[in-house]
Amino acid sequence: MFTQTADQDLLETTTEQYLAATFPPERIREFARRDSTFDATLWKRGAELGWTTLLVPEAAGGGSVSGNGLADLLAVAFQFGRHAAPGPLIGTNVVAAALGRWGSGELHGGPLAQLLDGDATAAWAHAPRMGSCASAVVRAARSGDGVVLDGTAPLVESGAPKGYLLVAAGADEDGARSHYLVPFDAPGVRISPLGGIDLVRRHQAVTLREVVVPAAYRVGEPGTADVHDEVLLDLAAVLQAGEIVGAMERAFDLTLRWTRDRYSFGRPLGSYQEIKHRMADLRTQLEASAAVAEKAARHVGEDRPDARSWASAAKAYVGRVGPELVQDCVQLHGGIGVTFEHDLHLYLRRATLDAQLFGTPAYFAERVVRLVEADMEEGA
Amino acid sequence: MSAIAQDGAALEDVDAFAARARAWLAENMPPADPAKDTFFLHAATHPADEEVLARAATCRELQRRLFDGGFAGICVPRQYGGQELTPAHQTAFNREIKGYDYPAEIQASTFIPCMAVLLEFGTEEQKLRHIPRMLRGEEIWVQLLSEPGGGSDAAGAVTSATRDGDRWLLNGSKIWTTSGWWGDWALCLARTNWDVEKHRGLTVFSLPMSAPGLQIRQIELVNGSKDFCQEFLTDVVVPDADRIGDVDAGWSVMTRWLYHERTISGGSPYVTGGGNRPNAGPYELAALIEAARRLGTIDDSTTRALIGEAQTSSLVLRALVESVTHKMATGSLPHHAAAMPRLFGGTANARRAAIATELYGDAGVVWAPDDEIAAQVGLGYLIRQAACIGGGTTEMARNVIAERLLGMPREHRADTSAFRDVPRGPRASGAH
Repeated sequence: MFTQTADQDLLETTTEQYLAATFPPERIREFARRDSTFDATLWKRGAELGWTTLLVPEAAGGGSVSGNGLADLLAVAFQFGRHAAPGPLIGTNVVAAALGRWGSGELHGGPLAQLLDGDATAAWAHAPRMGSCASAVVRAARSGDGVVLDGTAPLVESGAPKGYLLVAAGADEDGARSHYLVPFDAPGVRISPLGGIDLVRRHQAVTLREVVVPAAYRVGEPGTADVHDEVLLDLAAVLQAGEIVGAMERAFDLTLRWTRDRYSFGRPLGSYQEIKHRMADLRTQLEASAAVAEKAARHVGEDRPDARSWASAAKAYVGRVGPELVQDCVQLHGGIGVTFEHDLHLYLRRATLDAQLFGTPAYFAERVVRLVEADMEEGA
Repeated sequence: MSAIAQDGAALEDVDAFAARARAWLAENMPPADPAKDTFFLHAATHPADEEVLARAATCRELQRRLFDGGFAGICVPRQYGGQELTPAHQTAFNREIKGYDYPAEIQASTFIPCMAVLLEFGTEEQKLRHIPRMLRGEEIWVQLLSEPGGGSDAAGAVTSATRDGDRWLLNGSKIWTTSGWWGDWALCLARTNWDVEKHRGLTVFSLPMSAPGLQIRQIELVNGSKDFCQEFLTDVVVPDADRIGDVDAGWSVMTRWLYHERTISGGSPYVTGGGNRPNAGPYELAALIEAARRLGTIDDSTTRALIGEAQTSSLVLRALVESVTHKMATGSLPHHAAAMPRLFGGTANARRAAIATELYGDAGVVWAPDDEIAAQVGLGYLIRQAACIGGGTTEMARNVIAERLLGMPREHRADTSAFRDVPRGPRASGAH
């Protein structure tokens, strides 16, 4: 779907083969009945394929295959979408990127190395919203050599038993916030599982009660969390767009095949011009989604000045049309499309989850406008 | 980097060429006026005829300067007045010319498709006669292609060409000719055989727009534009020497004609410029934001959502055009994939006009006499479906995507018999 180098093709192909063999749709349905969908062995194998290192500089133990790690990872995210695969791909990579860029040496040696090796996973507590309703509210207070954290992160992704949470916290509500890395097994961390739309990508609410982390677990200079969250949001938006494009592609393929195989009134469904025109619209939306996701990955991965606009446009557009495209595929399937037995809902679930988390399409459309306004102010 | 031209001389290095072009442009070409739209690319403006003719004269002048400077027809063979360089040189020149005024309005149709078609199908005499004049800005060419009864069905042309010794007599009507009223010459598609399947009875001719028997009428569009024309041909005489390609082989010319016409969005070695996109007027994002500030609606969340949608969609269109162009060039998508940016662009532009109109509210439908921008929004809304009609409707694009790209079943055809017997509706005339 994307224009890639030979090395990127190799990464995508090995990922595709692995996910196809490991997570066929029937396996995803079976996972749905489990309390936990995380499998340490399977995730570790993914890390060996290169899923965890791409956004981390070589000096910090990571490395890309093309020089643009985000463009590399886009292909992996695309395949995760195509297979509605479990595994905290986006959270782990976003947190690894944060640790690689801004983390202390101690974090590089410990938690980051575990993330890169696939021995741990991570979640990012950021949840941007329209309006003033803040999501994670965590207070940080100094205590001896460490920092005491109190508060809640009401919606974060579940992962490995050995895991970390990247959360922004300030001394008071208006104060500048800093990022901290919190091990899920630290005393005072309480987790309660949440329900949700995706069968295999699970979420939980996290409460922090007098959780003490070492000073070296602060990520970045004091007060940089809000600026850094925006940087990480660009990465997350691109990767979510990549997953949604994957889910769209699979749903579209299933539907195209269906229009050939399904006959009604003595002729194939796909021979009706109404159906053909709808498929043409969907194919165009798919191509446009892939194009903007790829362009965003290129610009964000290369730190271009207009990168944030592209990342925002990618999430705003793909997040809007992705789930709608899959719903149209359901409509074209008729009754079978709303059964649990059919695979379509796997892609509908993943596309919708990605569209809604880490900022809705509307949030990103607003972000696009703010960026233009900022440019206008600068130009004035 | 160095390649060898046909006559054995080494081609100029692209970087050296670009440096030479940069210096020449600075000396010889006027700067572009970013506030001024090119007159037919922007549907919401409707200049007076005198302004159009003045601009056409400027285009001829600028084209002549390019020719005298050695920068016209960069990929055209030397014997026809070109530079015989490579597409890479043209691309480099197009990069350098950004920011300068250039003859944007005569690139289409003069150079593509007309000059490109002449290069591929013209006789040596035809090429020697016309191409140097095109490159000097002396001949502006237009396309006599669509017909009043035809719509998207170009191969269903009923304008007839009847042989009369060593000449042809053309009768019929053509329509939607861009710049028809100020063009000099035209390519014209006509029917020469009514007894075969429709694609197999067509022939392409060239003729001067001043030919006796050729009547030209400017069509007034709903936004006031009068650049499109309809032509009426009554016993227009065309010498056989002005026929382009073989008799009844017009559709193979047509296939390339349509191909070259589509390359206006990118990828043609015969187009100069392409960088100075016309100002999108009231649809520029900054203009939408300014308007919302003036109207006091900039903090309204619905207004902001509309502006965000407009900007998102214009970025997505840009990414889509780039990506599909690249994929077609590398062969990972067939050339039919061009229908996707066409479909997306048509619907996105129509939606953009609706967004601007909603954002302007009452100011988009009633305006002060000197409020040109509000007028452009209102008139732009009236003409907005043109974006989904001109150059092949979005419905045709959907057929191409479904049938050619996705391999879905083709529509039933009712026009496969001898063209004479193909039903053309109760009001069709000119049966032979």
